[in-house]
Parts: sequence; structure tokens; C-alpha cells
Amino acid sequence: MRMSRYIFVGMLLGFILYKSEAVSWFRIYEMFRFQSFHMFGIIGSAIVSGIIIVQIVKRRHVKNVEGNEITFNDKNKTIYRYLIGGFIFGVGWALAGACPAPMFILLGSGKTVFIVYLIAAMTGTYLYGVLRPKLPH
Amino acid sequence: MLDFLIQVRDFIAQPWPWYVAGPLMALVMFILLYFGHEFGISDNFRLMCAADGADKMNDFFKINWQSGEWNLLVALGAVFGGYMVSHYFLGDQGNIAHISDATVASLQEIGVKVEQGKVPMVPEFIGWDALLSWQGWLMLAGGGLFVGFGARYAGGCTSGHAISGLSALQLPSLIAVVGFFAGGLLVTYFVLPLLFPL
Repeated sequence: MRMSRYIFVGMLLGFILYKSEAVSWFRIYEMFRFQSFHMFGIIGSAIVSGIIIVQIVKRRHVKNVEGNEITFNDKNKTIYRYLIGGFIFGVGWALAGACPAPMFILLGSGKTVFIVYLIAAMTGTYLYGVLRPKLPH
Repeated sequence: MLDFLIQVRDFIAQPWPWYVAGPLMALVMFILLYFGHEFGISDNFRLMCAADGADKMNDFFKINWQSGEWNLLVALGAVFGGYMVSHYFLGDQGNIAHISDATVASLQEIGVKVEQGKVPMVPEFIGWDALLSWQGWLMLAGGGLFVGFGARYAGGCTSGHAISGLSALQLPSLIAVVGFFAGGLLVTYFVLPLLFPL
């Protein structure tokens, strides 16, 4: 039963991204054309709120549900993987108009064609796993 | 009591402004941190590959995918949430996206037929019929492939880098987000205009 809480978190995520229209291909197009503040407002206010939360967690040594202090791992300070990987991700994001979370939400909304996206994304992930030793990180 | 529930339903069913959605996204991140996990949806693709047998074929997938069960359940919850919100919380305006007039104009310019006030949440060209054209395959299967590859290469997607990473002031996440926008802008300005009209 402890695991059911994650289903509720996912449902909350579904409501937020659907009702704010972040799941819409048109909203992603609008964002990349800089024609509305909406998407920048969502991402920007999420980051500002997130920074405040992380600072409070760090300074007050907030503990997680298991009683251990919440820690943040620094990511490896390289450039290639983030820049090239990010670029490739951005290409896919603008084409499909949906990043991974909206894909799951739209699948649930009845847009069953997103199963094609899901299989393609798993294929892409697998391809990365195969090519990983040869790619610059 | 029933009236009250209907009022609650209608309240939730309004379009949510950015200043509600953004802080709530940060709340989702915090809830997951509190439960001992880091918010990142794209990792589910790797977990699904591993669960489907990729762990026997490639070292990158030699992970204990059961330890990612929590994340798979978040994804499953997102599917349930998507079902509920699109069936019971659409509101009186229906299933539409409230995009700006400028966006409607530039969509018409590149050959996408849209009408202000009647822009659907999901475009008509994203559906099973879309797979009768190469453009549909490029957007859905091509888009998915790039997203899956790029997210793992960069070590995260919008949730992992733009939200979790930037909230923790991680410079690598900023580089990744710059990459997201570079790729997205390139496609939006130079590739999408070539795909329409379908």
C-alpha cells in the first residue's frame, strides 16, 4: 500500500500539466516561437519555487520520510553530454510537442497513438545504451 | 453536499494559470524528495527497457529495475491523471488550448489550419491517421526517438534538468536546458514549416 502514494503524485502531475495546457503541442510551439509568457511562467515559477524549497531543505537539514537528511548530488561537471544530449532532446520535444511526462498523460487521456512515441522513446533510450561507449561525455 | 462537490469540480476544471502550475510542479518535486527520490520522468524509459529484457543485452540496462518501481508508478499515475482530467475536469470551454493570437497567426502562416478559440489540446495531425504520412511518423516516432536518446544522453529531461536540476542550482542542468532550447528552436523555425500543410 505504501507504493500507492506514488500513483497519487503521478495523478497530481497529470492534473497540473493538463490543466495548464503544458501537454499541448500548440503550447510547445508557442513557447519556441516566444509568443506567450505562459510556458516560461510555468517553468520559471517552478524553478524559483524549487530553488526556495531546496535552500530551505539544505539549511534546515530537512529529513525525508525515512528519517535521513535529504541530500543533493552534484552532477558531473562536463559539457558535451549535456549540450549534445540536450540538443537532441530539444529536437524531439519540438517535433512531438511533448516531453516524457505529457506523453504518459496524453496516453491516459485517450490519445492511444502516443504508444508509438513511447516505443520510439524506449528504442532511442536503448540506442543510447548501445552507443554510449562511443559517444563523448 | 453534491452541489459542493460540483463546485469543487468546476473550480479545478478552469484553465490553470502559470503561477499555479509552476509552484505545484515544485511541490511534486518536494513530495518526491521527501519520499527519498529525485523527480525525473524519462528514467522510466530505461527502467522499461531493463524490465523488457535489455538488461541481458547491454550493461547500461543492468540495473535493478524494481528499485525504480516508485518512478514507474508515478508514470502510471500520470496516465490515470490524464484519463481523469480529460474525462471529468475539462470545464465548460472543452478540450482546447488557449494559445495567443500571434501563435494562431504563425501557425496559419506555415499551413496549419487552426481557428482562435477552437484550438484543440492535441492537434489533429497527432493521431493514428497521422501515421499515413511521413510527417506524422517524423513527429511522433522521430520525436519519441530523439527524446528517448537525448534524455538519456543528457541524463535527464524537462523534469530532471529544468526543474530538479535548476532548483538545485546545477550548472550542468543549465547547459542541458540551453541544449533543449537550441534543438527546439532549430526544429520550430527550420523544420516544422517544411512539414505543413499535410
